[in-house]
Amino acid sequence: MNGYVHSIDTFGTVDGPGIRFVVFTQGCPMRCKYCHNPDTWTPKIGNQMSVEEILYEYDKCKEFLRNGGLTVTGGEPLLQIDFLTELFREAKKKNIHTCLDTSGIVFSRADGQIQKFDELMKYTDLVMLDIKHIDPEQHKILTKQDNANILDFAKYLSEKGITTWIRHVVVPGITDDPVYLDRLGVFLAELKTVKALDVLPYHTMGVVKYEKLGIDYPLKGVEPLSKEDAIKARDIILNGIKRARAEKLKQNKQ
Amino acid sequence: MFTEFAKEWEGFVAGQWSRNIDVRDFIMKNYTQYNGDESFLAGPTEATKTLWAQVMELSKKEREAGGVLDLDTKIVSTIVSHDAGYLNKDLEKIVGFQTDKPFKRSLQPFGGIRMAEGACESYGYKVDPEVSEIFTKYRKTHNQGVFDVYTPEMRLARKSAIITGLPDAYGRGRIIGDYRRVALYGIDMLMKDKRAQFDSVTGTMNEHNIRLREELQEQMKALGELKEMAAKYGFDISKPAKNAQEAIQWLYFGYLAAVKEQNGAAMSIGRTSTFLDIFIERDLKNGVITEEQAQEFIDHFIMKLRLVKFARTPEYNSLFSGDPTWVTESIGGVNVMGQHMVTKNSFRYLNTLDNLGTAPEPNLTVLWSVNLPRTFKEYCAKMSIKSSSIQYENDDMMRVTHGDDYAIACCVSSMRVGKEMQFFGARANLAKCLLYAINGGVDERLGIQVGPKYRPVEGDYLDFDDVMAKYEDMMRWLANLYVNTLNVIHYMHDKYCYERLQMSLHDRDVKRYFATGIAGLSVVADSLSAIKYAKVKCIRNEAGVVVDYEVEGDFPKYGNNDDRVDTIAVDIVEKFMGMIRSNYTYRDGVPTTSILTITSNVVYGKKTGNTPDGRKQGVPLAPGANPMHGRDTHGATASLASVAKLPFKDAQDGISNTFSIIPNALGKDMQVFVGDIDLINAADGCENGACAEPTLNTGIAD
Repeated sequence: MNGYVHSIDTFGTVDGPGIRFVVFTQGCPMRCKYCHNPDTWTPKIGNQMSVEEILYEYDKCKEFLRNGGLTVTGGEPLLQIDFLTELFREAKKKNIHTCLDTSGIVFSRADGQIQKFDELMKYTDLVMLDIKHIDPEQHKILTKQDNANILDFAKYLSEKGITTWIRHVVVPGITDDPVYLDRLGVFLAELKTVKALDVLPYHTMGVVKYEKLGIDYPLKGVEPLSKEDAIKARDIILNGIKRARAEKLKQNKQ
Repeated sequence: MFTEFAKEWEGFVAGQWSRNIDVRDFIMKNYTQYNGDESFLAGPTEATKTLWAQVMELSKKEREAGGVLDLDTKIVSTIVSHDAGYLNKDLEKIVGFQTDKPFKRSLQPFGGIRMAEGACESYGYKVDPEVSEIFTKYRKTHNQGVFDVYTPEMRLARKSAIITGLPDAYGRGRIIGDYRRVALYGIDMLMKDKRAQFDSVTGTMNEHNIRLREELQEQMKALGELKEMAAKYGFDISKPAKNAQEAIQWLYFGYLAAVKEQNGAAMSIGRTSTFLDIFIERDLKNGVITEEQAQEFIDHFIMKLRLVKFARTPEYNSLFSGDPTWVTESIGGVNVMGQHMVTKNSFRYLNTLDNLGTAPEPNLTVLWSVNLPRTFKEYCAKMSIKSSSIQYENDDMMRVTHGDDYAIACCVSSMRVGKEMQFFGARANLAKCLLYAINGGVDERLGIQVGPKYRPVEGDYLDFDDVMAKYEDMMRWLANLYVNTLNVIHYMHDKYCYERLQMSLHDRDVKRYFATGIAGLSVVADSLSAIKYAKVKCIRNEAGVVVDYEVEGDFPKYGNNDDRVDTIAVDIVEKFMGMIRSNYTYRDGVPTTSILTITSNVVYGKKTGNTPDGRKQGVPLAPGANPMHGRDTHGATASLASVAKLPFKDAQDGISNTFSIIPNALGKDMQVFVGDIDLINAADGCENGACAEPTLNTGIAD
């Protein structure tokens, strides 16, 4: 089966555990203001690759990936769920660690859909779920999409027992409001399989691509987030998780 | 050999080592693995801080003085030439300088008087006329010996720089004395052993035996002088060291004597940290010293290694991009039983980067293995991030050839300590050799016949098979000339600048590696690939010499994990090494080659004309085995995979790949990324304090 692949990085060190072979898929329904890969938005264009081709390329550098594995990101990989499922199924046959980096936007429990997700999860070792914003209204402003599917996907992963890392991009003035960060923490407290929290400080490395594509950059003038502020944001989310869990424990005891 | 178990060895487990010289056996029987983390380490003592401040002040003065603070122009450096020198005698726990004071460089004319004079003059000094006269009229130098014998062809190859960086005017270095022997055995036992070696060389007095007897005699003299040198500092090193401080001091004296006698291109220290840990552990166990004191000894020892200085010319420094001494220390590794050899002292050595600040010397080299303990790996990573001053080499690969008591000389040359040595051999420029093949031995820059007058390439376009056949012929010529040139050099170095002290700390019969080197490999691979897969048109000057190339079409480039071109690189290495091997080598030297021009690739590029891959004259060759700059377009692992295909068996002296990466691309900052969030699930713990887990909740208020 073929998929639309934007590009491949053979030495990914920030997209999952260890050194990873990172496949960027083409196409995404979200329009996040801070997106640094606008060149992956349009679906079904560009380079097509087969599962065999990708795994052949993987094999060529597998010596470097022993403690890492395969990460599929994008774009939104779930747009090509059939292709993704086959890729992960074949990868698991070779005992490769599989990681899906997704926004979860296309998740659905509808009949005919949920079975596909169930199948995919059989071959998925780790999901890195990028929650853009906890508040539905704010989420819409930020990404032009609703976040209901995304939060539902998070719960689904928890129910299925799939190891999950939560990623959250913090943008000054947009997603750094302590109230929302705390709410995100409270939401995460409910999830049973979250193993890590990855706060991603907003950066401006994507600006060049917008210029090349001739698109107006929506966050013109917004400064990158400092490390100190990223740590602050992280602590607020962690505090939220901790408080919510402690409260729940108290209730249970009563 | 030794019938008694010396009283200084009390507390050590006896073995082969206590009956014969066998440092490895001593280490294996006595070292204590350390699997913990770095939390035991001690910071710098007041004495360390005071001494280091003094060093920084002197360094500043040295810089202000234009690079050299003081230079001996009269006293020829030998092991016993100078009186004791100190920074601050009362504070130094480990003592000894090359001359009678720190930052005063010594005069070392045995390699070549002109080099010594040049070094002096470039810093505004003048060698005493009497010394110049002696080393011109009465005492021949290594440099003089070499040039007396060089053939016209050798001189031309040197001039055109098809062979370059030859150690014919300076010390060859790359020999590591087993300085640990001084600490473990003391001079008397070493002397007894050498005497027995000397007496064992009898029978027909052919050249081999005569030379061996003379060398062993020289070695014994050097050992005697070493003892005399130590006495100037108030130490009697006849007997084994009886405690840690003495062990470090004895060992350092051995090394100090070597750098007083030899201004080698690389004067490496060996593999000392785990050895010395055994003495420190014994003292700690006996309650004789504290961890602070142990660290202080190591700090002061490392401080001394940082202050090794030689007088060198600006040209020399430009070839090596600085003034390196290559005091390489090999740390860690795994033994042949599969057990790691990390000790507390492995940590202490790296801790000097904190206690004294970062520095390029000594060249702290971790012998990396998958089997090193995780705590040590993490500490290495942490110190690398902090200091960018640690070198890593693949122990799992080198152990196969060299066992578990080898060390690195210079940057990558591996050798068993005290049992193997290397004849350092600079490098041959294979890119230039390809141009010679195309032009029938005419140098593309000088326009003169340097190589043999073989048939040049005819016609406008280069044909792969034709060029390859011609290239093989030219490589065969080059390999022969190169090895012969090195034969001359090493013969003369042995004769006029013999490393008597370093060799006194070796076994009688050493294995000698005959090191050669390759420059320009990626240019050759890409050029041949261009000829094979694209069309390359020759552009000739009025004399008919091809001086430029036009490449029509694209071609696979080395560094992209593309077998079409990577196999060419592999093939060239195998072929050239085979040709090197087919020549006679001096003193039964075992030929090796290296692909590791880490800095000199810039100079070599200046001397190499336009090449068929489209590289222009003067553009630097890629360093070592690196792909040419900007031609690896498939990401880091693809680039590394290409390099990794080069056969180690045919480049046993080392393959280097210079790889830079911005810190953020190397992984997550643990302060932003929090893993193992599960700990929070232990909600019970939030009441009894488990939530205070530092990995998770740093900075979180309850």
